[in-house]
Amino acid sequence: MNKSRPTTILDTCVRLIIPFYLVYAIYVLVHGHYSPGGGFQAGVVLAVSVILVQLVQDPNPRWGLGRDAAVVFACLGTFMYAGIGLLTMAWGGNMLDYGVLPLGEVEAEVRALGTLGIEIGVTMAVMGVFVVIFNLLRGEE
Amino acid sequence: MTRKLGYLSLVLLAALFIYVSLDLPPTGDPHSPPATHVSPRYIEKAYKETGAANMVTAVLADYRGYDTLGETVVVFTAGVATLLLLEGAFKFKKR
Repeated sequence: MNKSRPTTILDTCVRLIIPFYLVYAIYVLVHGHYSPGGGFQAGVVLAVSVILVQLVQDPNPRWGLGRDAAVVFACLGTFMYAGIGLLTMAWGGNMLDYGVLPLGEVEAEVRALGTLGIEIGVTMAVMGVFVVIFNLLRGEE
Repeated sequence: MTRKLGYLSLVLLAALFIYVSLDLPPTGDPHSPPATHVSPRYIEKAYKETGAANMVTAVLADYRGYDTLGETVVVFTAGVATLLLLEGAFKFKKR
């Protein structure tokens, strides 16, 4: 990898475009109940924003997500999904039967919240895995 | 000879697949087996039961949540396998 600083144009463009990536990823995630989208797609968009920073900035950018943090995100996301499944079992339901969680009165709303929870887990897992794979394939500097 | 046998088996297999595909129900047939088993329940009750207007999300994350858990674990396993393989390769090269 060349250690030179990024050009001003590239740096500025990335700084301008990253917030839109992040907002779009969150939109895809939370709007998955009503439109195409969901955890996997949102995770990919988030990973793309991180990879873009690493491509344009130094190999070790001052902001963004490093490899270790990405591994933590991947583990946390998968654990969050499985953990919600275990929580529903702890409240006496079947695994991933969100209706039993004590989050509200209407069962459909509780189920929608549970769905959102596991989608967040999927997003974190997919983002972490993609960033880790990109980091590894880029190689050591 | 082997090559000719390979082509022949390919043609036979294609003929078999085409013959079998003639028995498939037409696209969009409401009386085909997949459309009469669980699909009507998903179509009629998905929003009422899961609160997700997008039927794909309702099936993916609620009715078939266990399946999606498996998919997430597959993605996670791919990442961990890449990490173990390539991280080990770098360390091996340095020695």
